[in-house]
Parts: sequence; structure tokens; C-alpha cells
Amino acid sequence: MVDTSDFSRPPGGPNASDLPMTASGMKAWFVREVLPLEPILMHFLRQNWRNRADLEDLRQEVYARVLEAAEREFPAKPKPFVLVTARNLLINRVLRERIVPFDAKADLDSLEVASEVPGPDRAAIARDELRKLSAALDRLPPRAREAVVLRRIEGLSRREIAERMGVSENTVADHIRVAMNALANVLFGEPSELTRRS
Amino acid sequence: MSELSSAKEINARATAFLERREFESWNEADERELSDWLAQSKAHCAAFWRLEAAWERTHRLAALKQERLRPANGSRAPRHARQWPLRTAAAAVVIAAIGASFYAFQPQDTVYRTALGGHETVTLADGSEIELNTNTVLSTRVTAASRKATLIRGEAYFRIRHDANRPFVVTANGKTITDLGTAFTVRNDAGRVRVALFEGSARVDAGGKPVILTPGDKLLAAAGRTVVSHELPQTLAADLGWRRGIVIFKRTTLADVAAEFNRYNQTKLVIADPQTAELTVGGTFPANNVELFGRMASEILGLRVTRTPNRIVISR
Repeated sequence: MVDTSDFSRPPGGPNASDLPMTASGMKAWFVREVLPLEPILMHFLRQNWRNRADLEDLRQEVYARVLEAAEREFPAKPKPFVLVTARNLLINRVLRERIVPFDAKADLDSLEVASEVPGPDRAAIARDELRKLSAALDRLPPRAREAVVLRRIEGLSRREIAERMGVSENTVADHIRVAMNALANVLFGEPSELTRRS
Repeated sequence: MSELSSAKEINARATAFLERREFESWNEADERELSDWLAQSKAHCAAFWRLEAAWERTHRLAALKQERLRPANGSRAPRHARQWPLRTAAAAVVIAAIGASFYAFQPQDTVYRTALGGHETVTLADGSEIELNTNTVLSTRVTAASRKATLIRGEAYFRIRHDANRPFVVTANGKTITDLGTAFTVRNDAGRVRVALFEGSARVDAGGKPVILTPGDKLLAAAGRTVVSHELPQTLAADLGWRRGIVIFKRTTLADVAAEFNRYNQTKLVIADPQTAELTVGGTFPANNVELFGRMASEILGLRVTRTPNRIVISR
């Protein structure tokens, strides 16, 4: 396959410039390396933060910080990086807000970020994924599930779904938006069979 | 609390974008609105990419169910699908099966997308075949009266079933290519439109006098200028390597080699200095195996190659 016979050095010619990491590269990295860590991240946040109502905010903030850091340089080990980011965030909030949840503070002080605990390998995640997907679908609110099925499996437009379900297009949009969020929470946020076992 | 309490709002906005893109006509202005919003903050990116990634995964479900739902005789569409134009239904099945995403621009438009490193072939209802190269967005509209395709970005190979009454017209960055019985490629790369003609002939309207291309012709339209060159068949064939998943270099500078590999891969090839960038190489490589090229540069060409998770940097 490799032929290097005409390797040569021409005079002059165009120069290559250093390529900035593209937005699509950042997205691919985030989806491939960071999102699969969400069960671990959520477990960590739940363990160390009392107020369940804050979890979504905390998750979002961790992701934003991770992406900001990745823009400068991709962390070589995403898992410890995500968990350390989460820990620092929690510590900052404890200090800043002067809410001192004693048990959380104690946990934070003694926290060892378990960076070397092996996660499930990617192939296993892929095998797990279809089962998770169909479980996620089953757990959607019934009307939201119906809207997703009509879109994804039958390929109907929003108007056609509205007609079929006997509701307005706005209601269909609501169902779909609910489903999009619920699917993300189940697919990324919850431990899979694999991680529970390990 | 205040800076964090917006997570719900950000998420709601991200979901609204995703729902709109899924269901409504989605044009370049919408795309710009979304990318402006994403550029505002990394929190916006995280929220949108997360939802998008989850939603994209439901495509897999569609593929599975298609298998299960397929009627025993294998050809009849389910009743509800028959109400759709057959062409669109067929396209939807193809797309679901190959796992690419598609969005309905207009009721009769079908939009095909490939990801970075992707390569898909679609067959239109008229029998024409279109092969999409990496990172490409193409919309098609085939009606009884006309056949149109718009190459929004990327590259595609068209093998058009000729119909004198209903010419096939491809538009890229305002330039139109009209088939006169043809196989050709069109590439739309940040406003530079390139056309290479392999069989038959085609007419290109790029402003000014229309140009008729014959086999072997390559046309480049950029910055208001149009240049046509004629190539030997074997030279032109190198441009079609991507159809077999390969890239072919002949006395190609490392700068151009890097640009070519970077069209296909998340891992970017970076040439560290201008002197190295001017070196030329020849050879044939799998387009998705930039690592192989990196090894060759190191082991055979004796260049310095450093590897980071998302880059291969080549220097002297």
C-alpha cells in the first residue's frame, strides 16, 4: 500500500499552518470520552451533595468547565479529570455559599478520587446500549413514547404525529422535548447493568 | 447559586433547538443561530451535544424495528408509510439502516448527511446514484417535473440516470451543474466549488459564460473566477480514491497530505514547520488510518512524529 518512491523536496510551495481543534472535534471528544462517564459523575455528585435539586446544575457546570479546559488542551485521562473538576466545584460551592453540609464536607476532605477503577470497556458499552435504549424508551411517559415512536420508527412529520395522536403540534413538540431530556438522562445519567455489576 | 441556576434554562433552549431541527425546515440561518448560541458558552455546547447524542442513538432503535416490522413479502411498506411519497419513505429506510441522520427541509426535500470519515451511497427514485464523501450535507428534491440537488458542504459523486426532459441540476455555492448524461463529482469546500467530470458531459453555470465539461475536465470556481483544466484519466482517478476509502498522493506536499487526511479524521495531522510542510510524498493510504501515515513518516521518511490524543504532529 505504501509507496514512497517519489519523496522529494521541491523549492518553495505552500505552508501548513497549525490547525485549531475544530468544534466538531471537541464535540466528538465530549461524546466519546466524557458523556460515558456521566453515571460515575452523577454517582459522585449524589454521594457528596445533599440537595438533589442542584444535581442538574452541578452536572452542567462540570461539563462546562471540562470543555473550557479541553479547549486549551485535551485532558489525557478524562475520568480523573472529570471527577477532580467535580470535586473542586463542590468544594468551591461549600466555601462560597457557606452552607456547610457536614457530612458532605467530611466526605470531601477524605475523598480519594478513584481514578484507576476500570470502567466497562467500550465494546461492552455498545452491547449494553441497545438494551438500555429500549429500556429508556419503555420508561418514557406513554404519550412522549408514542410521539418518539411515530417520529423515529415511522418517520412522520410533526403535523402527521399531531393528527395521529389527536393533539396540537405544540403538544407534540412538548412530548418530544420531554422525551429528548428523559432519554439523555437515562442513556447517560444512569448506571448501566455493566457498571452496576463492576 | 445564580450562575448555576440557569442550567434548566440552557437545557430548555438546547432542547428547543433540537426539536426544531428535527421537525422544521432547517436552513443556513437556523444553523447560524444555533452555532452562535453554542459559541456563547461551553455550558450551551455541553447541554446541546448531550441531548443530541442521546437523540441520535434512537436511530439505532429505528434500524432494529425496521427489521422487525418489515412485512413478510419484503416490498410493501406499512400502511401509514404508504401515505408518504414513496421516494421519501424509501430514503428514510435507507437512512435509518445506515445510521446517518436526516432532516426534512421541505416536505419534498430529503437531506443526507455524513459524519467526519463517513461515506454513504443513496439511490434516488429515478435510479440516479449519489455517493457522499466525508462530512457532507446534501439535499435532494426529485419531482415529476424536475430533479435538483444542493451540495451544502462536502463532496459527492453523482451517477445520473439521464433524462432529457428532466435534467438533473446540482447547485453548490450558487454554481449550477446540469447533467447531460453524466458521472461527475462536486466538492463544496468553504465556497470553493470543484467539479470533475468522468463520463458524458455536463454544463456548469458559475457566473459568466456556461462551460461544457467533457470527460477528464476539472473545474475550479472560487473567488469569482473559474478555471478549467484537463487531466489524464489516471490522474483524475486519484480524485475518486475516497469511493474506495483511500487517499492517493502523487508528489503531494505534506501540507496538502495533512489537509486531505484531516477531512476524514478526528485525529488531526499537523505539520509543525514550513520546511516540513513543503516536502512531497507519494503513496496510497486508507483515508481513515492517519496513524499508518504517521508511522510511515517516522519509520520510512525519518521525520519526527509526536502523538497526542487528538493530534499527530510531524516535524523534522
